Amino acid sequence: MKHLNRRSFFCSFLSDGGASVMYASGKYSSRGPALIPRMKTKHRIYYIALFSVVLLGLIATGMFQFWPHSIESSAEWTLEKGSVHDAPLIRLPASSPIPERGDLSCRMHTCFDVYRCGYNPKNKIKVYIYPLQRFVDEFGVPISSTGLSREYNDLLSAISDSDFYTDDVTRACLFIPSIDVLNQNSLRIRETAQALAMLPRWDKGMNHLLFNMLPGGPPDYNTALDVPRDRALLAGGGFSTWTYRQGYDVSIPVYSPLSADVMLPERQPGPRRYFILSSQTAIHREYRAELERLKEENGEALLLLDKCSNLSQGAASARKRCYKGQVYDYPQILQESSFCVVLRGARLGQAALSDVLQAGCVPVILADSYILPFSEVLDWKRASVVIPEEKLSEMYTILKSIPHRQVEEMQRQAHWFWEAYFSSMKAIGLTTLQIVNDRIYPYAARTYEQWNNPPVVKWSSVNSPLFLPLIPPRAPGFTAVVLTYDRVESLFRVITEISKVPSLAKLLVVWNNQNKSPPEESLWPKVGVPLKVVRTKENKLSNRFFPYDEIETEAVLAIDDDIIMLTSDELQFGYEVWREFPDRLVGYPGRLHLWDHEMGKWKYESEWTNEVSMVLTGAAFYHKYFNYLYTYKMPGDIKNWVDAHMNCEDIAMNFLVANITGKAPIKVTPRKKFKCPECTAIDGLSLDQTHMVERSECINKFASVFGTMPLKVVEHRADPVLYKDDFPEKLKSFPNIGSL
Amino acid sequence: MQAKKRYLILLSAGACLALLFYLGGVELPAARRSRQDRSRSGYRPEQPWPHYSDPLHGFVPWDQTDTEDYNLHISARQKRDVNRSVYRGKRCRMDSCFDFSLCQKNGFKVYVYPQQKGEKISESYQNILSTIEGSRFYTSDPGQACLFVLSLDTLDRDQLSPQYVHNLKTKVQSLPLWNDGRNHLIFNLYSGTWPDYTEDLGFDIGQAMLAKASIGAENFRPRFDVSIPLFSKEHPRTGGERGFLKYNTIPPFRKYMLVFKGKRYLTGIGSDTRNALYHVHNAEDVVLLTTCKHGKDWQKHKDARCDKDNAEYDKYDYKEMLHNSTFCLVPRGRRLGSFRFLEALQIPTTVRSIHQDKILSLRQQTQFLWEAYFSSVEKIVLTTLEIIQDRVLEHGSRSSLMWNSHPGGLFALPQYSGYLGDFPFYYATLGIKPYPKFTAVIHAVSPLVSQSQPILKLLVAVAKSQYCAQIIVLWNCDKPLPAKHRWPATSVPVIVIEGENKVMSSRFLPYETIVTDAVLSLDEDTVLSTTEVDFAFTVWQSFPERIVGYPARSHFWDSNKERWGYTSKWTNDYSMVLTGAAMFHRYYHYLYTHYLPTSLKNMVDQLANCEDILMNFLVSAVTKLPPIKITQKKQYKETMMGQSSRASRWADPDHFAQRQTCMNKFASWFGAMPLVHSQMRLDPVLFKDQVSILRKKYRDIERL
Repeated sequence: MKHLNRRSFFCSFLSDGGASVMYASGKYSSRGPALIPRMKTKHRIYYIALFSVVLLGLIATGMFQFWPHSIESSAEWTLEKGSVHDAPLIRLPASSPIPERGDLSCRMHTCFDVYRCGYNPKNKIKVYIYPLQRFVDEFGVPISSTGLSREYNDLLSAISDSDFYTDDVTRACLFIPSIDVLNQNSLRIRETAQALAMLPRWDKGMNHLLFNMLPGGPPDYNTALDVPRDRALLAGGGFSTWTYRQGYDVSIPVYSPLSADVMLPERQPGPRRYFILSSQTAIHREYRAELERLKEENGEALLLLDKCSNLSQGAASARKRCYKGQVYDYPQILQESSFCVVLRGARLGQAALSDVLQAGCVPVILADSYILPFSEVLDWKRASVVIPEEKLSEMYTILKSIPHRQVEEMQRQAHWFWEAYFSSMKAIGLTTLQIVNDRIYPYAARTYEQWNNPPVVKWSSVNSPLFLPLIPPRAPGFTAVVLTYDRVESLFRVITEISKVPSLAKLLVVWNNQNKSPPEESLWPKVGVPLKVVRTKENKLSNRFFPYDEIETEAVLAIDDDIIMLTSDELQFGYEVWREFPDRLVGYPGRLHLWDHEMGKWKYESEWTNEVSMVLTGAAFYHKYFNYLYTYKMPGDIKNWVDAHMNCEDIAMNFLVANITGKAPIKVTPRKKFKCPECTAIDGLSLDQTHMVERSECINKFASVFGTMPLKVVEHRADPVLYKDDFPEKLKSFPNIGSL
Repeated sequence: MQAKKRYLILLSAGACLALLFYLGGVELPAARRSRQDRSRSGYRPEQPWPHYSDPLHGFVPWDQTDTEDYNLHISARQKRDVNRSVYRGKRCRMDSCFDFSLCQKNGFKVYVYPQQKGEKISESYQNILSTIEGSRFYTSDPGQACLFVLSLDTLDRDQLSPQYVHNLKTKVQSLPLWNDGRNHLIFNLYSGTWPDYTEDLGFDIGQAMLAKASIGAENFRPRFDVSIPLFSKEHPRTGGERGFLKYNTIPPFRKYMLVFKGKRYLTGIGSDTRNALYHVHNAEDVVLLTTCKHGKDWQKHKDARCDKDNAEYDKYDYKEMLHNSTFCLVPRGRRLGSFRFLEALQIPTTVRSIHQDKILSLRQQTQFLWEAYFSSVEKIVLTTLEIIQDRVLEHGSRSSLMWNSHPGGLFALPQYSGYLGDFPFYYATLGIKPYPKFTAVIHAVSPLVSQSQPILKLLVAVAKSQYCAQIIVLWNCDKPLPAKHRWPATSVPVIVIEGENKVMSSRFLPYETIVTDAVLSLDEDTVLSTTEVDFAFTVWQSFPERIVGYPARSHFWDSNKERWGYTSKWTNDYSMVLTGAAMFHRYYHYLYTHYLPTSLKNMVDQLANCEDILMNFLVSAVTKLPPIKITQKKQYKETMMGQSSRASRWADPDHFAQRQTCMNKFASWFGAMPLVHSQMRLDPVLFKDQVSILRKKYRDIERL
């Protein structure tokens, strides 16, 4: 299709060229009548000849420019559409150089040129794939018995479809040969090595990545690919601790072809029919004897399967297992067991691991010195049990000591690992590239949680950005941010009251009225702390939550311009409570959300309730970080919605904080008769039913934007330690609490 | 004329051709460029790898697993033996150079060789040894040990150093238990010397494991050696300061973006990195200072930049810079593997690209790591031992989450449970909640004589709580267990356990009968109503990692006596909540029993006192936060001595003095005062509010 486009482009050039020539000649002929009568026919022929030459010249130039190119592209086009048999044949001379054996001391900073990857804003490495070539030796014998395998084709296709891919060899930082070395058994070692060395950018294997799943061969089965490969990175299945170059190689799973063929039904974590299942067929007899002994001791809890002797070999037999003549479907049977044994075979890496994970069965891995797949990033503790081979006989006791809830958690985790990292060649390939990418751009690397938490946990878990248990010192104090419109008298009273609070560090008045200037400086009350007035460009509620540079303290007190009923003791106490809970909203009037069963939606409640899930930001302490979050990270259109409706900015803030911390706000001190703080929003809205209805609407709207109800309900509030205690008031730190 | 015309025509034809070539010549590079463009953006922009559709073979033929019958090969046991003989020395791994069987009988026990007379041991190494000897891993019997630690000082192996121990080779070889270093752990901070700074220790370590500062990747044996931080001899043995981070300011940027201040070396190992730093130095927000003054003869190597650099170096104060910088550069010095010159150049751009949210969390993580693993020699050594223990008990080791999140691996013991949800620390991370019921554990010390005894009232009140799953009565009374019918009938099971040795610490044993996450710990004479119990549990659900309870106490620094004081007076703050009526996570039972040293537990048992203080020390050391007191102060215990049960230990006048002593003893073991003050308590939302009592859920709490 693309080729056709190109061809038509070529044609259109020709016609364009033709047209221009025609035009030129036409132009000439238009002048012709003046010239021609004076010319002899001889001359006319001469002119025609001359123009023919010009025309031919033009055509020739066009041909020269585009001919070779179109040949080139059409050649590639056939390759693209055609089969692997059309790939160019490369004959390897016997004397062709062989790379050195892999260097065990290779690390990213010694054998890899990170500067090729460069600094780029996306923090993404660029990966180049060599075009397919068929390598044969001097006598025309291929270097591999299988050639390009289905799996390697899938892998390379997936990479070429990904963001990592580049077809510009000069910009690439990682090179992937198209020589398939997934299975060492099908390779001729020496010739494969020669083929690698012939790659145009090989350069001692620098920045080259090889994928191998079945390394070694009889009799000793090396745990890494035997093909000499200079400094190339190896993504290998079945590394042992002696061959694995930590921080350089990537340990990958052995892909199980069953993954693509078999769809297993969803199975919830929980107890299963069998406790331990062994389903591998080529188990060493020493281990089989050990397993038999365990079976004798523990009976029905164990199921030991082997291959079926009566079935003919082939693809079908791979899907069956037998025990004493009874036939079981594989891998379906794996779903019937809590734990599944994955024993080392000749190789450390076993495709059975993939099947076991897929079935959500917890793998019990007995393969000493085996580097588990992707162990650089995956926390296998949460999905598997690793037991030393020598302790096979104690397996039952060890597994029995694992709490049920942990087993369920591991089952879920195991299945998620399979889904995310094992299920296809694409998953395996892209995970490998991501790991390499994380090493090259460590500051942009994926986090532990991103790698290891299944979506359901990612969704329900919270990772508070203020996670360090820390009670900040009292000294810096807090900045009071007063949002005001034009109630100057009330504002001045609020300022005078707040200025009595010992820990007040600064007053910031957000003047939200564009039509009126704030009063002259001389008219403002005299206060002992700096007082700044910020004039806003638009009358928006979100202005109160802007992370102004003027706020130099961590603690912010958001307060409305008519909250004059809070005493200095109450405010100071609020600040002290905030210091103990710096990651929460700490406020005075508390509110609650309720589920209205009749209406089937959330309802806002401002009555005297025993529970609290929100505090109003008409008077609340919180960390300045939440200003930043509110302004820049508020999900969906909530911010605009709040500004458009001139309401609910406090509810939005409560949602935001609860969602990111997973914690309830803290209401401080007894309830006061605030004159409906919700109603004091800027325009002095009157207390009416519609206002409350709107706030209920807000809760429903925000819950749908957040996709969940993040608010947490609690039944406690904070009071000073000696509140209402029978103790002399003058000895209490905060005596003036709760007085109306 | 004719000829003239011809020439003219020829000329014009020539001009035309010239024009043509000119046009062609313009076209040529243009065309070439367009070709290049296309080759860069791809001839086949959508399908660069041709996604071959041929029927290809699978990479592993179906019959391969059968033909490779593993049974034909050598036995696995033999294979392990082969590994053990092949992989020695530099290729040591746990599988080949460590004898796991030594750890099977007695668990993970560490033996320290007795110190030989005349052997000098540096202060740092002495700190390491005494930490091990004071830890729960220590054994004095080499027959029980799984890990051996030398009493020969191996910390400083720089031959030019005064601390260098000579003839280490022969001394080590002559140790009777050496066994080629098998199951031995060797600590080292410095190795090699000028000019090549090799990482060799100057004696054959055989199969011993290394816990070494600045190991390069080339010499590090993965999952065998342990890389430890370099620490100075002033590093505190226990406790250690908290991190310096006091505020999480927003935006998180500080005065400087990146700083470094140090020697430049001029020549030799490590000099190329440091010689390059000046390229990035801008004297504004990137301040990288080097001085040439190093060694006696630095003037010899002096280069053109030295005078300027030295002057710049003296302008800045090191501490001021560290405290006011967002990032600190850690370039390699003489020791420590290879780092690249250009990497240093790239840092400011890289650093500037880091998002401020990330800075906020990175900064807090540094503080967590510091406090959990680095702040004292004890933490460094225990971390090393725990890492090795994790390898030995592989199926019972810690997950990365336990190591890398608060409170860290030293406080999260995997032997308690492998399930993260069994700990009080990970509920939020896993998105789960604690089990919604509690187990009450009543500590009974006096015999049951009358039916009006407080313990029976307490039992009934607690059993009525909607959140109560079961009640355990721990019978620590010298009199025999009362008959079953003497206990009141309750709707929840009451389990009576006869205390082991009847000692105080038995109230915090991790009884297997405790199946809930929450434990309500009660004294026999505690007076609590059902409502109070209910409220305590609802509050605890919000703070599952803390102690939540009623009787609060405070500590203070007595500057006259230069020691910690304990007070039960009315105060405006508190730092302890006594376990006579407190709710906390059952994990703290485990931690109390298995983490705390026998010395402290014995002290508690002998005094039959202070167990509650010790529990508060422990929990605050873990959480770094105060406990939570709920509702009003009741007339309680020490203030009403002798009123309730005469036998009460609270009536003993020595009791109070002992508690002062305990405080100081505990503080010295923890190395610092872990208790934290709080100024607030939690009440029910409508507590004493002027609203009808009928609207209040916890109305009983107001009736004192």
